[in-house]
Amino acid sequence: MSFSLKINGTSHEVDVDDDTPLLWVIRDVLGMTGTKFGCGAALCGACTVHLDGAPVRSCVTTVDSVGESAITTIEAIGAAPAGRHVQQAWLDLDVVQCGYCQSGQIMSAAALIADTKAPTDDDIDNAMSGNICRCGTYARIREAVKLAAASLASETK
Amino acid sequence: MLNAFAPARTSSEAPEFAETPAAGLSRRSFLVAGLAAGGGLLLSIGLPKFAGEALAADGPFAPDAFIRIGSDGAVTLVMPQVEMGQGTYTSLPMLIAEELQIDLSQVRLEHAPPDDKLYGNPAIGFQVTGGSTSIRGFYEPLRKAGASARTMLVAAAAQMWGVDPAACDAAHGVVLHPASGRQASYGSLAEKAAAMPVPKDVALKPVDKFTLIGTPAKRLDAAGKVDGTAAYGIDVKLPGLKVATVAACPVFGGKLKSVDDTDARAVKGVRQVVKLDDAVAVVADHMGAAKKGLAALKIEWDEGPNATLSTEEIVRQMEALAATGPGVDDKKVGDVEAAERAAARTVKATYQMPFLAHTTMEPLNCTVHVRPDACEVWVGSQVLSRAQATAAEVTGLPREKVTVHNHLLGGGFGRRLEVDSVTQAVKIAKQVDGPVKVVWTREEDIQHDIYRPYYYDQFAAGLDAQGKVTSFRHRVVGSSIVARWLPQAFTNGLDFDAVDGAAGPYGFANLHVDYVRHMLPQGLETGWWRGVGVTHNAFVVEGFVDELAVEAKADPVAFRRELLANDARARGVLDLAAQKAGWSGALPARSGRGVSLLLGFGTYMAQVAEVEIGKDGAVKVSRIVCAVDCGVVINPDTVKAQVQGGIVYGLSAALYGQITLKDGRVEQSNFDSYQALRIEEMPAIEVHIVESREAPGGIGEPSTSGVAPAVVNAVFAATGQRLRQLPIDPDRLKGA
Ligand code: FES
Ligand code: FES
Repeated sequence: MSFSLKINGTSHEVDVDDDTPLLWVIRDVLGMTGTKFGCGAALCGACTVHLDGAPVRSCVTTVDSVGESAITTIEAIGAAPAGRHVQQAWLDLDVVQCGYCQSGQIMSAAALIADTKAPTDDDIDNAMSGNICRCGTYARIREAVKLAAASLASETK
Repeated sequence: MLNAFAPARTSSEAPEFAETPAAGLSRRSFLVAGLAAGGGLLLSIGLPKFAGEALAADGPFAPDAFIRIGSDGAVTLVMPQVEMGQGTYTSLPMLIAEELQIDLSQVRLEHAPPDDKLYGNPAIGFQVTGGSTSIRGFYEPLRKAGASARTMLVAAAAQMWGVDPAACDAAHGVVLHPASGRQASYGSLAEKAAAMPVPKDVALKPVDKFTLIGTPAKRLDAAGKVDGTAAYGIDVKLPGLKVATVAACPVFGGKLKSVDDTDARAVKGVRQVVKLDDAVAVVADHMGAAKKGLAALKIEWDEGPNATLSTEEIVRQMEALAATGPGVDDKKVGDVEAAERAAARTVKATYQMPFLAHTTMEPLNCTVHVRPDACEVWVGSQVLSRAQATAAEVTGLPREKVTVHNHLLGGGFGRRLEVDSVTQAVKIAKQVDGPVKVVWTREEDIQHDIYRPYYYDQFAAGLDAQGKVTSFRHRVVGSSIVARWLPQAFTNGLDFDAVDGAAGPYGFANLHVDYVRHMLPQGLETGWWRGVGVTHNAFVVEGFVDELAVEAKADPVAFRRELLANDARARGVLDLAAQKAGWSGALPARSGRGVSLLLGFGTYMAQVAEVEIGKDGAVKVSRIVCAVDCGVVINPDTVKAQVQGGIVYGLSAALYGQITLKDGRVEQSNFDSYQALRIEEMPAIEVHIVESREAPGGIGEPSTSGVAPAVVNAVFAATGQRLRQLPIDPDRLKGA
């Protein structure tokens, strides 16, 4: 089947089976490799992208379910204020280690602070629990989410 | 200390070998200067060699790293070490920049060269083999290299100006002659410097003159990791690239009998089905099609001799070995038998640790293009030379016809010290026309790992009437990683890693440590796992020592301090952790504190864990206080990050980690059945670094090693339940 996908503001035509997970369309068919594969079963969050601003696991989101929704990936999240502040906070606090999980972490975090001005620890737990980091960067992720939320809030005040 | 094949250590994840007589190390590093291709100065650095590896080396001259100072002034460190998250790419340049008198931002780091010609020496294979490549390995050689380069640049300037080199200074990449006001950039001097003699015994800055080492420099590799541009092995892009995924026989050692691929080949995007002896791969346009194709295969396996293998059977074998031995002695001090006869009482215990998978965040993958006369491999590996060797063997090509392109690693933890997935990928690629990227699913990754060994440990200790330990006996039963992975270091039947830390940091007057090797069923293999031997031994020894403290009715911290005799560094971290944790402060019911202490990788570490036990037995680790003495600290921010990360890795294993076998198959398959710690379970972690001028120790692994025993000891304090087996079993902890 042929699908037209709106990714990071650009339309892409792809011809794949309708049950193909969006993850593989993004990574293998379109070559945008910032979005990562970690489990293929909605268990790790590495593949997180936004559909109309909401975080989804692209490894279990079939291409035929996307419809007209706007897809945003890590490659373009810096264009949105929330994403930009999250990326900056990640750099300021030196969050990354191997870095492999971080695209997904940043996508989840960006969606959180876009919605929640001053996330509490519980908000952070809820939003970020689905994102595994085997390098164990959780303490810095938590701090960086708070920092990003604060700097976003002060910018939009 | 030896750390063959491992990346630099600020560090993490890679195995680490204790210094043993069997694994001798020549301490000499060396430097050779020459003209860089394209102009400038090239310094080749040879690191101290592990004796066995040096013997196996191909030629007399095999540098482990290069520093290139180009005519444009760019300073580049070229080395085979890979960045797996441990901060290597930041801390190693710090060592050079410190002595070379440049800013950290002026150092660039390159992966191992894709093109040997660039360096004019085809014999240089960038073999990780033989490199003692830790921070400990690099600490002195890289500073020496930096200081030597600076001296040569100064000498070149002095000669040019006709002045005394001693009257010149160097700072920020410029040589100055203050008396005349003349100055010249490193770049302009680089070519002349290449003709200067390499100084002998160059003086290094004393620790208190460091301006960069010891500061929390920012990671140099962060930007690409927050915007998705960092390229891991799995991100390789090539014209005409196909993607394959694979199913190996679920039973270890089993073979492929037959496969019906009719349905698989009907899947849109599937190009080819490749059969191996023991596996089937589906090659497709994208991973979605490959996975769908794989699921549509009808495979029949010949399960072979392990069809009924179970964890219980393996444990029975180990139990029998523990009873019968014979053990190979590791340490024998004093007279254990006599001390046991004289003891007021003897305490015995058996500890067990499960098989563990690594689950690096980036699943294993390897891209290969086999042509009739050459082979290219794209992978993230800690052992490039082994990747190259296996590709050469599978293709029948000479090694120099195999090019390996290394990439960032999405986690290593020891898994990427193996090349089983490379071997398999090359076998698949041999049957594919054009490049193919073989990606393992998470299920394949968990069910075909090279696991951390199962360990079965027996202890016996004698106590006198006052509760003083008079003897300590520890028998380790486990498979040997060293015998498989570094056979030349497996001498006299003793696996030095399996017994690393088997008596803790303590000075027992009567001590006997021995090792009994367990032979694994064919097809099942064990390998390095973050913290290696120390992770195993710290858990069992610190658990048992805690039991002895209870027997002696002593406070666990005071009891350990007593056992340490005069080891000031060990006492230092123990006391610091206890003090910062408020060791003797009161806690609510069903909460408790536990301590662990270890010496591993040249680092002393004490951890105090605080736990709360739910009615259902669930263990919540609320706080960890860690005191660490890792000698000179290169980058304190990296130390903190590594301690935190190591604790998460060790805690995941302590709470959840186990690989079990049934009917020859692994029962776990993804992050639901093989869980990892998640953000809401993250304890508050405090890291206290002891200021020290001792040689740097490793920091990526000790915290992984020390967390499980601290937690288990805390569980005992909270519940009175002594857990001698991991992972923690909440069923044993239920209560009011
Ligand atoms: S890859 Fe999608 S959640 Fe893990
Ligand atoms: S940074 Fe390595 S998995 Fe998160």
